[in-house]
Amino acid sequence: MNQADLPRWATAFALPLLNLFSALLVAAGVIYLLGESPVESLGILINAAVLNPEGLGYTLFYAATFIFTGLSVSVAMQAGLFNIGSEGQMYVGGLGLTLVLLWLDSSLPGWLLIPLAMLGAAVFGAAWAYLPGYLQARRGSHVVVTTIMFNFIAASLMNYVIVSFLIPAGQQNTASRVFADASWLPKLNGILPVLGETPLNISFVLALVALVIYGVVVWRTTWGYQLRATGLNQHAAHYAGISISKTIIVTMMISGALAGLAAVNSVMGSTHYLNLNFPAGAGFIGIAIALMGRQHPVGILLSSILFGALIQGGFDLSLEKANIPPETFIFIQGLIILFCGAMENLYAPALSALLKRKEK
Amino acid sequence: MMFDDFQFSSILVSTIRNAPVLMFAAMAGLFAERSGVVDLALEGKMLAAAFVSAAVAFVTKNPWLGIMAGVGISVAIALLQGFVSITQKGNQLVAGIALNIALSGLTFVIAQYFFQQGGRTPDLGEARLFDIVLPGSAAVAGIPFLGWFYTKLIGGHSALVYLAFALIPVVHWVLYHTRFGLRLRAVGENPHAADAAGINVERTRFMAMLCAGVLCSFSGAYLSIVQSGFFLRDMSAGNGYLALTALVFGNWRPLHTALGCLMFGFFAALQVQIEGVVFPGIGKVPGSLIQMIPYVVTVIVLAGLMAKSVAPKAIGQPFVKSR
Repeated sequence: MNQADLPRWATAFALPLLNLFSALLVAAGVIYLLGESPVESLGILINAAVLNPEGLGYTLFYAATFIFTGLSVSVAMQAGLFNIGSEGQMYVGGLGLTLVLLWLDSSLPGWLLIPLAMLGAAVFGAAWAYLPGYLQARRGSHVVVTTIMFNFIAASLMNYVIVSFLIPAGQQNTASRVFADASWLPKLNGILPVLGETPLNISFVLALVALVIYGVVVWRTTWGYQLRATGLNQHAAHYAGISISKTIIVTMMISGALAGLAAVNSVMGSTHYLNLNFPAGAGFIGIAIALMGRQHPVGILLSSILFGALIQGGFDLSLEKANIPPETFIFIQGLIILFCGAMENLYAPALSALLKRKEK
Repeated sequence: MMFDDFQFSSILVSTIRNAPVLMFAAMAGLFAERSGVVDLALEGKMLAAAFVSAAVAFVTKNPWLGIMAGVGISVAIALLQGFVSITQKGNQLVAGIALNIALSGLTFVIAQYFFQQGGRTPDLGEARLFDIVLPGSAAVAGIPFLGWFYTKLIGGHSALVYLAFALIPVVHWVLYHTRFGLRLRAVGENPHAADAAGINVERTRFMAMLCAGVLCSFSGAYLSIVQSGFFLRDMSAGNGYLALTALVFGNWRPLHTALGCLMFGFFAALQVQIEGVVFPGIGKVPGSLIQMIPYVVTVIVLAGLMAKSVAPKAIGQPFVKSR
C-alpha cells in the first residue's frame, strides 16, 4: 500500500501534518524529560515567534533565507538530483556579492549596486554547483557525494580567502570590512512600522517573487516540463529527445544560483559584512524545507515560515528556560526531517485503511 | 617556525593516531553500504557514541564500561536507521542527514543538562583509555631510529588503535570468505536475485546495520576517551563524511578503504605540522589549503580521472519484494 491509493489532500496535507505532529511529540517528550513543561514551552515559542510582531519580523527574516535554500534543493529534486551542496553554494555566493561590494560600494548608487551584488551571488553560487552537475552528467559521479565534498572544499576555501585576503588590516574578527550604506537592503519596517527593529528586509519580497517564478517555470514552461520529465524517468525523457546531461548541468547551476541568492538576505540585509560560517546550516535546512514542502511553492513557503518560527521562538525559549538551549531546536529540525522526509509514508497504510472503511 | 622544525617522524606517528577514527567509521560504512544501505549517518552515530562513552566512563571511572555503553547507543541508532531505510523503505540519504542533525543537537542538550559545562563532559582524567607500552620499550628507547620506531610508531598507542588496524584483515575475511559476507555482497549488488536464491534481504541488511553500529561506536569512543579525554559539541567535525569519502575512494573494498583512511590521517597530521612553517622558496602554506587536498583528491577519483569508483549496484534503493 502506498501514497498512490490516497487522495491528493491526504498526501499534500494530512500526511505531512501527521508526520510533523509525530516529530513535535518526540520533541515534547524530550522537553518533558529535561524537566520543563512541553505545553508551556510551546506557548512561549508561539508567542515569541508568531504573535509578537517583532518576533514575527524575525521569523519572516529567517524564512526569507530558507525560501531560497529550499527552492535551491527543490529545483534540483525536480530533476531527480539530490543537492546536498546548497550550504557550500550559499557560502560561495556570499563571497560573490562581497567581492562586488568591496570593489564598487563606494562608487555606485544603491539601485545599481544591489542588483549587481545579487548577480555576483547568483553567478558564484551557480559556478560552485556547475562542477558537481558536470561530473554527474558527463562522468557519472554521484551528485550527493560530490556536493558533500564541495561543501568541505568551500568551507576550507572560504576560511582561506577570508583569513588571508578579506580581514581589514589591524582587525582580529574573521570577517570582511563593513559595506557602505548604499548596499544595505531597505528594511520592511519602513512600510510596516509595527514590525519594530527587525532585520526583515526586501529580500523577503524577493523570495516570494522567486516562489512564483519557480511555480510558473516548473509547471508552465517547456523547460519545466523537460525538468520534471528528467526527474520522473531519465530513459523516457531521453527517448523523448531531451538532453539529459544538459538538463542536469543547467538545473544544478540554477540550484546553485538560488543557494547563492540565499546569502543576500543575511549578508546584505543584516550583518552587512561577510563573516566565517555565516550560512550556519541554512543549506541543510533547505533540504528539510524542500522535502516537507513537497517541492511545491506553497509548501516551501509554509515550511520556511515554520523553520523560521522554530529558530526565532526557540531562541527566545532558551532565554527563559535554562534547560532548553537553542540546540534543542537543531534536534527538533533533525526529527522533522526524519519524519517528514524519510518516513513520509509512515501513516499512509493506516490512513488509507481508514478512508477505505469510510467509503463502505 | 622554520623549515627545520618540520618533522616527518611526528607526522607519521600522528597519522597512526589519526587513522582509527576514520577506519572504524569507514568499516562501519562498508558493511552498511555493501548491503545496499547508504550510511550518511556515520557522523551522528559517532557523536552519540562519543558522548555516551565519555559520560559513562566519567561516571563509572571505567573507560571499558564507557565503550560498551557507546556500542549500545550506536547500535540502537543503526537499528533505527535500519527501520527507516529497510522496513519503512524511506529515503536513505534523508534519514542519514536527519539523524546527523538530530544527534548534533541532542548530544549537546543532554551533555549540557547533566554536566552544565557548555555542552561538554568534564575531563575524564583517570577514566581515559591508557596507552600500551610494549615490553622492552625502555631498553630500546635510546637506540636511534629503532627506539622511535618501536616505542613511538608501533608502541605507545591505546588498545583501540591496534583494534582498528587488526580490523582490516578481519573485515576483508568476513566480506570475501564467509557465508555472511557473500550474502551481504549479493544483497547489495542484486537484492532480487539474492531474494530468489532464498536469502532474507531485510534480515541481511539489518545484520549489516548491526555491524555498522558496533564498529561506528569505536570511532566515537576513540574521539572522546582516547584522543581528547572529554566530549565536546560536534567533535566528530566531518570525520563521518570523511570516512564515507575514504570508502568511495577505496571502492568499497576493506584494504583500499583503510589506505584511504591512512591518507586522510596523513593529510590531517601534515596540516597541523605545516601551519606556520616557512618553506624555502614557497613561504608559508595555509593549513586551510592543506585541509582541502583530501576532498579535491576524492573529487578527482570520483571523476574517474585516476581510477573508476564503482559503488554496490543496489546502493540507496529500498528493496521491495516482487510478487
